[in-house]
Amino acid sequence: MATARIVIVGAGPAGVRCAETLLAAGFKPILIDENRRDGGQIYRRQPEGFTRDYATLYGTEAAKARDLHTSFERLRGSIDYRPETLVWNLTPGQLCCVSQGRHSTVDYDALILCTGATDRLMPIEGWQLAGTYSLGGAQIALKSQAVSIGHSVVFMGSGPLLYLVASQYLKAGAKVAAVLDTSPLGKRLGALPKLLARPGLLFTGMKLLAQLYRAKIPVHLGIEPQQVLGDAASGVSGVRVSTAAGATLNVECDAVALGYHLRPETQLADLAGCRLRFDEASSQWLLATDDDGRTSVSGVYAAGDGSRIRGADAAEHAGRLVAMALLEDLHKPVNVGLRDEQRQALAVMEQFRLGLAQAFPWPSAQAKALPDAAIVCRCEMISAGELRRTVSEKGACEVNRAKAFSRVGMGRCQGRYCSQAGAEVIAAAAGVSVQQVGRQRGQAPVKPLSMLTEEVSP
Amino acid sequence: MKGRFVRLAEQGRPTVKLQVDGAPIEALQGDTLMVALLTQGTALRQSEFDAGRRAGFCLMGACQDCWVWTHSGERLRACSNEVREGLDILTTQPEAIWPLHG
Repeated sequence: MATARIVIVGAGPAGVRCAETLLAAGFKPILIDENRRDGGQIYRRQPEGFTRDYATLYGTEAAKARDLHTSFERLRGSIDYRPETLVWNLTPGQLCCVSQGRHSTVDYDALILCTGATDRLMPIEGWQLAGTYSLGGAQIALKSQAVSIGHSVVFMGSGPLLYLVASQYLKAGAKVAAVLDTSPLGKRLGALPKLLARPGLLFTGMKLLAQLYRAKIPVHLGIEPQQVLGDAASGVSGVRVSTAAGATLNVECDAVALGYHLRPETQLADLAGCRLRFDEASSQWLLATDDDGRTSVSGVYAAGDGSRIRGADAAEHAGRLVAMALLEDLHKPVNVGLRDEQRQALAVMEQFRLGLAQAFPWPSAQAKALPDAAIVCRCEMISAGELRRTVSEKGACEVNRAKAFSRVGMGRCQGRYCSQAGAEVIAAAAGVSVQQVGRQRGQAPVKPLSMLTEEVSP
Repeated sequence: MKGRFVRLAEQGRPTVKLQVDGAPIEALQGDTLMVALLTQGTALRQSEFDAGRRAGFCLMGACQDCWVWTHSGERLRACSNEVREGLDILTTQPEAIWPLHG
């Protein structure tokens, strides 16, 4: 099968390293990416005509970003690269794609999903107000467009990205009103042994925190978010939280960057029939793969944050490793030394992932405490109370059933930003574990398609 | 407050003229529609489900909160479409509104 049709979805760190490894083995993969340019979200490139250098754009990760972009430039002429193309559905052996408003199909013998992740969100009263952005979105505004999401920005949530983006805003000259972290200090101390798996990265994190303190940015740990303040017409005017000491703290701002680490984009894998498993450490459903990236479906592979949330460095290793897994399955020779190197690096990063999950836990108790009036589905303005009533009045103790009754998960974002918190609300109302209420099934189209989409013959 | 977004760098780019709801605005080459609109205003559109104004959320093409429209009815994701000279944008959906909570 020297002519195996191999399709990679996603041109971030995992997809690019995967393509590079396959190309070196004599294959010419098709690399499909929804973005205009390579790099994924983490190493997203600024538009043509922008002049900031790598150090300004990517900070401590500048060398890695440059290396990935350079690698991609080297291979793009030798692979079949298809940017600005959305894979919106798949059937065994065939992808349904749309690009520039035109639908087409792409056949595959092997599929490697490097679909990445999005921010993981926990609702808070008022989070639907204009001026509340996802934490990753706040970072994209700065990195890709050189703008701040507001004149005065509160960073709220938990996870390493909270400190990274806040310090990037500070460095770029934006006003950071406060950094409000739901994780208490004790959790971090407890996670130190695991985080020491990557001492360099741990040190980088501590440096970021030190920069914020040095700039006298108010940093509060162990807070409980209460409300994003403001009104429907003009948007955000502040946030209200309870501090670890139990006091009420109001912070004035016109923008909030909100996020609790990441959730994987698993819709395509789900549509392909790949098994998912509940990951206790991060309390969410992840793709079930072997250590090299084979899913439960023959011919379908996965790497990067779309598979396991281990970050960009791990995604590069996982991209190479998944390519080697495929080569092995195609009975092609693989460089065993190189493969073992990737495996060893990933084992260390898995330790670190567990440390992060422990240090910055997903605040499931917040969902239980969410007032009935708080909006869970910001697309269609469906409240926690409405969702709870589907449990108490209609007996919907499973996520997809509750979705059918309440429409939570059915709006524009298709559950990306409400479904995990929604599951927590349902589980708390039903008095069962979040694992028991299941997960929202992937549905095609995985993103909204225009009615104007044209079909073209292949 | 003139705009929601604040430019921090890269301000030396050539300007691009476009129209938003019939009024001319000036943006910079390479701006997304979202940045063009939100550096001079505070919202992108009206929520179909309540009185709230909306200004986008994820900036990575995942939430679909930032849809704007062309006169011909084409829907554009403001976070992932760049400004073009002469573009004529509507921030109100040219079709009927479908309030579920009205």
